[in-house]
Amino acid sequence: MGTLVEIRNVSKVYERGKQKVEVLRHIDLDIAQGDFLALMGPSGSGKTTLLNLIGGLDSPTQGQISVGGTRIDNLNQGALAKWRASNVGFIFQFYNLLPMLSAQKNVELPLLLTKLGAAQRKKNAAIALQLVGLADRAGHKPTELSGGQQQRVAIARAIVSDPTLLVCDEPTGDLDRQSAEDVLGLLQTLNRQHGKTIVMVTHDPKAAEYASHTLHLDKGTLVEQAAHA
Amino acid sequence: MKYLHLIWAALFRRKTRTILTLVSIVAAFLLFGLLDAVRVSFAEAGQSANGAERLQTGAKLSFIQPLPQSLMTRIATIDGVKEVAHANWFGGAYQDPHNQIFTFAVSDNYLDIYPEVSVDAGEMKAYNDDLNGILAGEVLIKKYGWKIGDKIPLQSQIFPNKEGSKNWSFNLRGVMKAKDDKAFQSQMIILHWKNFDETTPYNRGNVGWYISRVKDVNDADRVAKAIDALSANSDHETKTQTEQAATRNWIKQLANIGLIVTSIMGAVFFTLILLTGNTMMQAVRERTSELAVLKTIGFSNGSVLGMVLAESVLLLLLGGVIGLGLVAVISAGLPAMSGGMITTAAVSWKSWVLGVVLALAIGIVIGALPALRAMRLNIVDALAGR
Ligand SMILES: Nc1ncnc2c1ncn2[C@@H]1O[C@H](COP(=O)(O)OP(=O)(O)OP(=O)(O)O)[C@@H](O)[C@H]1O
Ligand SMILES: [Mg+2]
Repeated sequence: MGTLVEIRNVSKVYERGKQKVEVLRHIDLDIAQGDFLALMGPSGSGKTTLLNLIGGLDSPTQGQISVGGTRIDNLNQGALAKWRASNVGFIFQFYNLLPMLSAQKNVELPLLLTKLGAAQRKKNAAIALQLVGLADRAGHKPTELSGGQQQRVAIARAIVSDPTLLVCDEPTGDLDRQSAEDVLGLLQTLNRQHGKTIVMVTHDPKAAEYASHTLHLDKGTLVEQAAHA
Repeated sequence: MKYLHLIWAALFRRKTRTILTLVSIVAAFLLFGLLDAVRVSFAEAGQSANGAERLQTGAKLSFIQPLPQSLMTRIATIDGVKEVAHANWFGGAYQDPHNQIFTFAVSDNYLDIYPEVSVDAGEMKAYNDDLNGILAGEVLIKKYGWKIGDKIPLQSQIFPNKEGSKNWSFNLRGVMKAKDDKAFQSQMIILHWKNFDETTPYNRGNVGWYISRVKDVNDADRVAKAIDALSANSDHETKTQTEQAATRNWIKQLANIGLIVTSIMGAVFFTLILLTGNTMMQAVRERTSELAVLKTIGFSNGSVLGMVLAESVLLLLLGGVIGLGLVAVISAGLPAMSGGMITTAAVSWKSWVLGVVLALAIGIVIGALPALRAMRLNIVDALAGR
């Protein structure tokens, strides 16, 4: 399978006043199309920063990143936003659903940026909700759902516009064991059955086992590579 | 437009707070609508086309000082004067001293000066034939349920009749109908000056003020000076001005309504901007992570800016329209409740336009800062709660 994400000599430096903090140092990484990659490492090692660069939420200080053949390291904010809308789905630790919208409307959000009409948006969102097993909760507000259910709604929102790449930042960090397993199983299905390439940051080795392999970050560099079955 | 439900949902994210804010906006626009109606009706007072060609002549010193009736023929001979009439203040109360009715004792040609007022020819003749006859405005007739031929008792504030009593009684002979509902005659009573002059022992040939109609509006200034010249250096010097100017001067003596209204509204809207602006700022600050999510999903900086701006404009428009709508409801009821004393009908389209423009402008002013903040929001920092 081909390479989806190509990261070449990427560094990220944050400036705090006069002090410069080098959060990522000379990262080289290829992520294959259809891969399910787990990113682990101690707190502050730069996992979220790397994930944000891959998802096009931020740009590197130095180096090149291309996703699906598109160089995204030198895109401006507007172009990045457009690119994200059609290429990446995001899943966060705290679900980040809009509290005043129903599950259905939350899932429809990314489709507002497409040319789809209202009826088609509704239909696609319903399909995505069905895929995560929450068709019967379409009308519920986030506060009326459990944490695991909210995260599944967030997954439905991430996949509704059919992106090739899913980036997940500690998607099970706030869930109990059972809900975490549901969510991880769902991600695995999306990876295996639907061919989604997934990059997942996690602190939990059990969660990492669902991925096809794991990379470790420490102080901004990739330190070791361990392949799973 | 497909973002409308997002904007609406954001607006009512905190129902109580939004409703309280909305109430204060409604209150501000209610006040604006009512005060603007007052301002407009004062500004329009005496501004009819006919008003421009009418001159009012009163005593220079004070409008309660009377003028000699002999001035009538002298004014009539001035070149440019088409017609001259005169009137005295009678000041009638009907049944109860609180039911004050504007009542003037007028010369027989008085209504010729006011072509906007019409009286049925037969009724006019009956009035002219009866020295104790009166004409009453149609609003009054409706209000008190009078019929032609009724004996109408009126109490003068000042003038006694021959028996020394201030309680007079007149015969209602006709109705004054105004073609334009702003004509004040539809709410007043006129009686024969001759009757007044002969009955009360205190008048004896005096006139309260003169009203003349000029042949040419553009000539009004010259005619006014010529009228005042007649009495120059006498013991009854006069001051002549157009009806509009007279009305405006009278209002100016009360107060500068326009300035008062403008400064009250300025203070109200200034407070509204501070309060609502603060609320909007707070609302956006609370939604930082939600706005970051929208941006993450791919909403552009511009559309996030637009949504926040639209939210505050929508809030203001909602409040403004409800406020002005209430004014419309209230002012539709006012003429009936006040028995016609207040004629401000519905909110004028000018008030609506001004109100909506104000709501838009305030909405933009209030929304600008939070919208810019939302636009500049850094996704990575916002998601990390920095
Ligand atoms: N915008 C920023 N400005 C300054 N410093 C930053 C910024 N973003 C990240 N950092 C710093 O970079 C380092 C790495 O942050 P990052 O969030 O990538 O770590 P992480 O591996 O995701 O940690 P955790 O496991 O706690 O989520 C941290 O020391 C953090 O303080
Ligand atoms: Mg992190």
